[in-house]
Order: sequence, then structure tokens, then C-alpha cells
Amino acid sequence: MMTAIHTEHLTKRYGSVVAVRDLNLVVEEGEVFGILGPNGSGKTTTILMLLGLTEPSEGRVSVLGRDPVREPLAIKRRVGYLPDTVGFYEDLTGRENLRYTAALNGLPPRQREAKIEELLATMGLTDAADRPVRTYSRGMKQRLGLADVLLKEPELVILDEPTLGLDPQAAHEFLSMIRQLKGQGMTVILSSHLLHQVQAICDRVGLFKKGEMALVGSVQELAQRVLGGAYRIRLRVIGNIPTERLQKLPGVSRVHRSGEVVTVEAERDLRPELVRAIVEADGDLLEVGLEETTLDEVYRTYYGEVSDDAA
Amino acid sequence: MTRREGSAFTGMRVVFFKELADLLSGSRMRFLEALVVLTALGTAYAAIQNIKNTVGEDPFLFLRLFTTAKDPLPSFVAFLGFLVPLLAIALGFDAVNGEFQRRTLGRILSQPIYRDVLLFGKFLAGLTTLAMVLTATWLFVTGLGILLTGLAPSGEEVARSLIYLVAAVAYGGVWLALSMLFSTLFKNPATSALATIAVWLFFTVFWGMIAGLLAPALSPVRYGFPDEVLRQAQVELALSRISPTTLYAEATLAILRPEVRALGPVLPLQLQGMVLGTPLPLSQSLLLIWPQFSGLIAASVILFVLAYVIFQRQEIRA
Repeated sequence: MMTAIHTEHLTKRYGSVVAVRDLNLVVEEGEVFGILGPNGSGKTTTILMLLGLTEPSEGRVSVLGRDPVREPLAIKRRVGYLPDTVGFYEDLTGRENLRYTAALNGLPPRQREAKIEELLATMGLTDAADRPVRTYSRGMKQRLGLADVLLKEPELVILDEPTLGLDPQAAHEFLSMIRQLKGQGMTVILSSHLLHQVQAICDRVGLFKKGEMALVGSVQELAQRVLGGAYRIRLRVIGNIPTERLQKLPGVSRVHRSGEVVTVEAERDLRPELVRAIVEADGDLLEVGLEETTLDEVYRTYYGEVSDDAA
Repeated sequence: MTRREGSAFTGMRVVFFKELADLLSGSRMRFLEALVVLTALGTAYAAIQNIKNTVGEDPFLFLRLFTTAKDPLPSFVAFLGFLVPLLAIALGFDAVNGEFQRRTLGRILSQPIYRDVLLFGKFLAGLTTLAMVLTATWLFVTGLGILLTGLAPSGEEVARSLIYLVAAVAYGGVWLALSMLFSTLFKNPATSALATIAVWLFFTVFWGMIAGLLAPALSPVRYGFPDEVLRQAQVELALSRISPTTLYAEATLAILRPEVRALGPVLPLQLQGMVLGTPLPLSQSLLLIWPQFSGLIAASVILFVLAYVIFQRQEIRA
């Protein structure tokens, strides 16, 4: 597999403020990579450096095997970028806006119209194509933005907060469109703070805090690292609860009890072992369930810890 | 280090034609067109009224169409003297910050073009629009003149008025470059428009006065010698020529009035052997306005380069 993005010690300073610090990021081709972090943690700055739209203060970047500072056109031809708040020329129609982008990318006129028609149809914008963008809703603009990105048939797509300001239905549709991109073999970089969405479509996630990428890995791995246990098992038990015995089971990292609900964090799916232990201890088991750890939790725990540190 | 690849002008045509279409179809163009038509009609009509009353012989009667004023209207060239800056400012004041405001800049610059192309394409589109509007006005006035006076312009008159047209476009270029510079400096289009208008007012209204005040301070007349007086006059003239408005006025004067022989103080010695009132040939008039003309172009280039440097270094995120 080829490497789509490779950064070494990438740093960006604005005066005395460090926006991105010593970033070492590797994204493989065909991967959907999520950049997560609160506002101001360096997500957008990183993206702009990948595109050569802002110059790094230190370090090296390689995107699709090229240096964005030295060969920006070669990269911009193959990378599609959807900015966090995408804007269009409001007086022009959706089609005319796409036509401009197509022309800037040097698509020959005949090919251009067919491609635009096809993308408008995919994005469900055929009916609105000849209306000025002024009349578009937020969701429509976002879909037009995705069409705009896909016009150049990119190998790598970078989406900055693509679902920001969309209603849940529109966000859901937008995400399924992104998932289709992965199906077509594109590499996707997605920045967001809407965690369940990132979780749903990303292969790997990088957590940013204060300009540093503190953690990288799949959601499962991150949960393991941040929450201690990747699996969380909920049990409802009446009667005798052998808390200490549960604690001693291999693979259990924490047991928490409140009333008749027992929550066990574990490295593996320990449901059978837990049930056996409770039954052997004469406990009446009412319910067993596996709670999926969500990125939300990882995020809150992680950034919660960070701000606790700071306090 | 590798050189930057590809032509620096990739996408130039695309940007140029898109910006030109935007400028020509935008609503601000309607106002400008109406203003220009009114100006042309009013000044040409007034000038023609005046010319009809002239009985004396004048080999360049047709050029009087452009320079004759009749109260309360100023002459055509004087009118354009403040319409051209206004037009240029209207065309350029939101060139860059407008893109920021619409949030289109990040999207456009992530296309495979260099940043310079966007700025240069916008400048050229603005200048072309300006040239189109001025040429239309020029044709309008010339046509009205032929129709209403029955005069046919001579070849030299056409050449002189065409050179005037080019000078007017160059004058517009200065203000266009300035308004684009301010549109890269200020994030708000209203601020950049006001700043450009302020600079324009400063040079049009106040700079003459300031030059008049500064000259005696810089080059005082202590003993009343003629060379002291001359030096002071020259300093004042040099100072006033910092203003593009002065350059435009001088260029206009010399090219549209062939009898003008110098654009500064003339010594009696230099008048020796001169036949007063005879016109200069076109080539000599052109030579006379050459410094003014190149001054206007140089000012546009400098302002554009400043805008370019600032734009190149600007961060894309607001």
C-alpha cells in the first residue's frame, strides 16, 4: 500500500503561538482518516499545510509523494478540498459555479458539461442546478461543495467539518456519500468534532490537542488507551454480587457498582466468564449487555483529563 | 530546491473571463453605465453649444469637444477626471476581501492555479471593463460631435483623442490598483472602499494645497533672486506631480491642446524664436506627456506589486 500523506516534525507558528507542533502523521492510501479535536487545536492549520495553502514553519510534508510547498499545482490537481465553511459565488447558478472550477482544473468543455451533469445528479441537485446559489440551503451548498471537490476526480479528498450546520438527516446523507468515496478507492481525510459520525466512517482517528496529535489509532485502540478497557459490560444483578471475584477475573480492568447495575470494563468480551462467576456466586442475573464504547466517551474522557491537568 | 512547476499563468484566461463576466453583468455596472452616458451627453451637448458660437478659425475645433466647459457643467475631460477614479474604485474595492467574505477564496485557491493568477486576472478584468466603458463613452461623444456639429475629425484629432483615451485608462489603472491594494489590506469591503475614496479625495482636493504649503518650506525664497523663485516653483510642481490627478490633468492638457508647449515654468530665454499660438506636431505633444504617461503606469505597477506581495503572504483562514 502506498502512503498518501506523510509528515515529519511538521510545525506551524503564528508569531509566538504554536498552531501545530511536531506533527508526525502517516495516512495510507484508501484510508478514511479522522482528525478530531476541539476548536483551535490545529486541525484546519494542518489541512492548509497539506494543501500548500499555508507554509509550514518547520518540518516536512509529503502528499501523494510530493511537497506541497514546492509543487502545489501537482497536488492541487489530485487533491480535493472542502473548506469548513464552503462559499460560492452567490449570483451564479450551481452549474456555473461548477463550470468555473472545472475550467480552473483545465477540463475540456465537452467532458466538463457531462461530468457536471453527472455530479449534480449524484448530489441530488439537478433541479436546483440552474438557480442562483443564493437560494440554496446549507445542506445544498454542502452537497454542491462535494460535487465541486469531486469534479477533478481527486485521489485524496480533504473535508474540513463537512457536516457542520447540517440537520441530522442532511448530515446522515452527506456521510453516506463520503462512505461511497471510500468505496471508490479514494483516500479521505475528515476533520470533525461530531464524534459518532467520525466513528461511523473512519478507519483511524487522530486526536488533536493544543496543536499536537496526542493519540492515533482505530476507535477501538483509542478506547483501550484512554478508557483503559475497550469493552464495557453492563450487568443487572439481584442478590449477592461477587464484586471482588469479578475484579480478579483475567482481563477485567475495572468493576463499578451502583445499586443493582454493575459495569465491568474489560480488555476482551468477558460476558460468558462474568455470567458464570455470578451464577456460581448465587447471584440472580437479570440482564447482560455489551456497551459499545463510543468515541464520544473517549473524547470526553481524554479532553476532560487534559483540562483537569491544566486546572 | 526545485523551481515552481507549470506556467505561472495557468488558469489566467479562466479567471479573467469569469471576472470580466461578473463585472459586466453585475448591478454596479448599470449605475456606472448610466452615469457615464449622462456625463457624455451633458458635456458634449454643452461643448457643442459653445463651439457653435465660436467664429474664429481653429484647426483643432473637434478636440474642443473634449475640453470646452460651459457653466454649470465642467468639460468632458474634467468630468472624467473624477468619474474615472470613481469607476475604478467601484470595480476593485471588493476584489480580494469580497472573496474572503463569500468564503470562496479557500475553495478557489485549492484549485490548480497560483495565487498571483487570481489577483492578476482580477486586475486585468477590471482594467478591461474600464477600457470598455471609456471607449464606449469616447465613441459616444465623438459620434455626437460629428452628428451635431457636422465636423469631421482630422486624422491627427482622432489620434490625439485616442491617446487621451489611453491616458485616461492608465489613470484609471492607478485607482484600480489602489482599490485592489486596499481590498487585500482591509477585511471589510466597506472599509476598503472608503479608504480608497479618502486617498482619492486627498489627492484631488488637498494635495495641491499641501504642495503649495510645502514648497516654500522646502525651498524658501530668501533674497528674491529669480533662480530662487524658479526653484520654488519647480519644487511645488514636482510635489504636485506625486498626485496621479495632476499627471492626468497635465497629460490631458498637452495632448488635447496642441498649442501647449510646456508643462512647467518656461524661461524667457526658452521662448526665443518661438511662434506663439502655433500647434505642436503630434510627436512633440506625445513627447511632452511621456513622463506623465509613464508616471501613471509606474504608479499602477507599484501599487499592484504591493497588493501582490501582501496577497501572497496573506493567510487564507480569516
